[in-house]
Amino acid sequence: MATPNTPLWEVFIRSRNGLAHKHVGSLHASDATMALQAARDIYTRRGEGLSIWVVPSTAITASDPAEKAMMFEPAESKIYRHPTFYEVPEEVGHM
Amino acid sequence: MYTQALNTAEADDRSLEDAGRAAQFQARIDAEERIEPNDWMPAAYRKTLTRQISQHAHSEIVGMLPEGNWITRAPSLRRKAALLAKVQDECGHGLYLYAAAETLGTSREELVDAMLAGKAKYSSIFNYPTLTWADIGTIGWLVDGAAIMNQIPLCRCSYGPYARAMIRVCKEESFHQRQGYEIMLTLCRGSDEQKAMAQDALDRWWWPVLMMFGPPDATSQHSDTSTKWKIKRFSNDELRQKFVDATVPQAQYLGLTIPDPGMIQDAEGHWRYSEIDWTEFKQVLAGNGPCNRDRMAARRKSHDEGAWVREAAAVYAAKRQARQTAQAAE
Repeated sequence: MATPNTPLWEVFIRSRNGLAHKHVGSLHASDATMALQAARDIYTRRGEGLSIWVVPSTAITASDPAEKAMMFEPAESKIYRHPTFYEVPEEVGHM
Repeated sequence: MYTQALNTAEADDRSLEDAGRAAQFQARIDAEERIEPNDWMPAAYRKTLTRQISQHAHSEIVGMLPEGNWITRAPSLRRKAALLAKVQDECGHGLYLYAAAETLGTSREELVDAMLAGKAKYSSIFNYPTLTWADIGTIGWLVDGAAIMNQIPLCRCSYGPYARAMIRVCKEESFHQRQGYEIMLTLCRGSDEQKAMAQDALDRWWWPVLMMFGPPDATSQHSDTSTKWKIKRFSNDELRQKFVDATVPQAQYLGLTIPDPGMIQDAEGHWRYSEIDWTEFKQVLAGNGPCNRDRMAARRKSHDEGAWVREAAAVYAAKRQARQTAQAAE
């Protein structure tokens, strides 16, 4: 029997309490349970994590890097969204 | 006639566009930007990296064999636990690297098949046998030491997924080198027989380890473009020299003699080694090293014997999926 390629999963790990899960890499596993166990064995051999998320790679929709200029243009021109855009006299002190 | 002329114009446009993209790509590399999987890249960059990263992955996996050979015969529980952890790390490194290679568009299955078919290479160093326990110390100290020398600059490689994988690998690799050196230190402080065993292992591994850095700069076929693309940051000979300079004092501390009577320290403090026997390197690369056939046979056997596990896992996943779909439909 020809075995289909084993699905790819993306692994996210929360390294410390209070931090967000962060992408650490990917792995192959045939189902979610095995993906979690493999993620533990591959990415947390030295206690790197408190919690693991595994997500099928096919479930991720990514923006196209070639379109990044257009994609992020709306934010480029809006410098008034930054605090440094506004003038506060020195006498007022830190704000 | 017109059609022809038009076609030519089109073809020219395409190559111009590619030349433009290639120039943009090189500009990004020159600006120390990282290239990510979905970014445009020249076909040759993709090909070079797929070859290099997959060979690196195969090396990690084959590298488990010479050391795995000693797990059941480690001299104490402490050594056994450390060796087991080290071999597990090598497996993990192989998997990080396969994942990085796959982002370039070739599946892990294809990469592994190419290796098992003998079409993809792995590091020649693993085609040497581990005859005594001192070989395990020497591998950690020298083979992993040489690997670290090679891999640290790769943490700044232009290809993002490879660079990130190398950062993880390097963090873990330093334990490997230290545990190897500790084994050597224990042997060198032991009986005369133990010290002789350590010297014998150094004698056998020294030259193959120097060959790990690859052919001399004058003859290396991949270096030029790899340097331009910032895949490679130092030349083979530069890294080899750095390694020798770092290793000589470590050997002196152990009281071991490096098997190179012609070695001298130059005015700048560099240890100048004698000519390397590249015919041996070529022989091992061509499949005629002491263990090439053994290693390939072990990999193929393990892959074949694991086939039922992969099949069972796939069938089980499909069955559960079908059940879920049926339940959802009810």
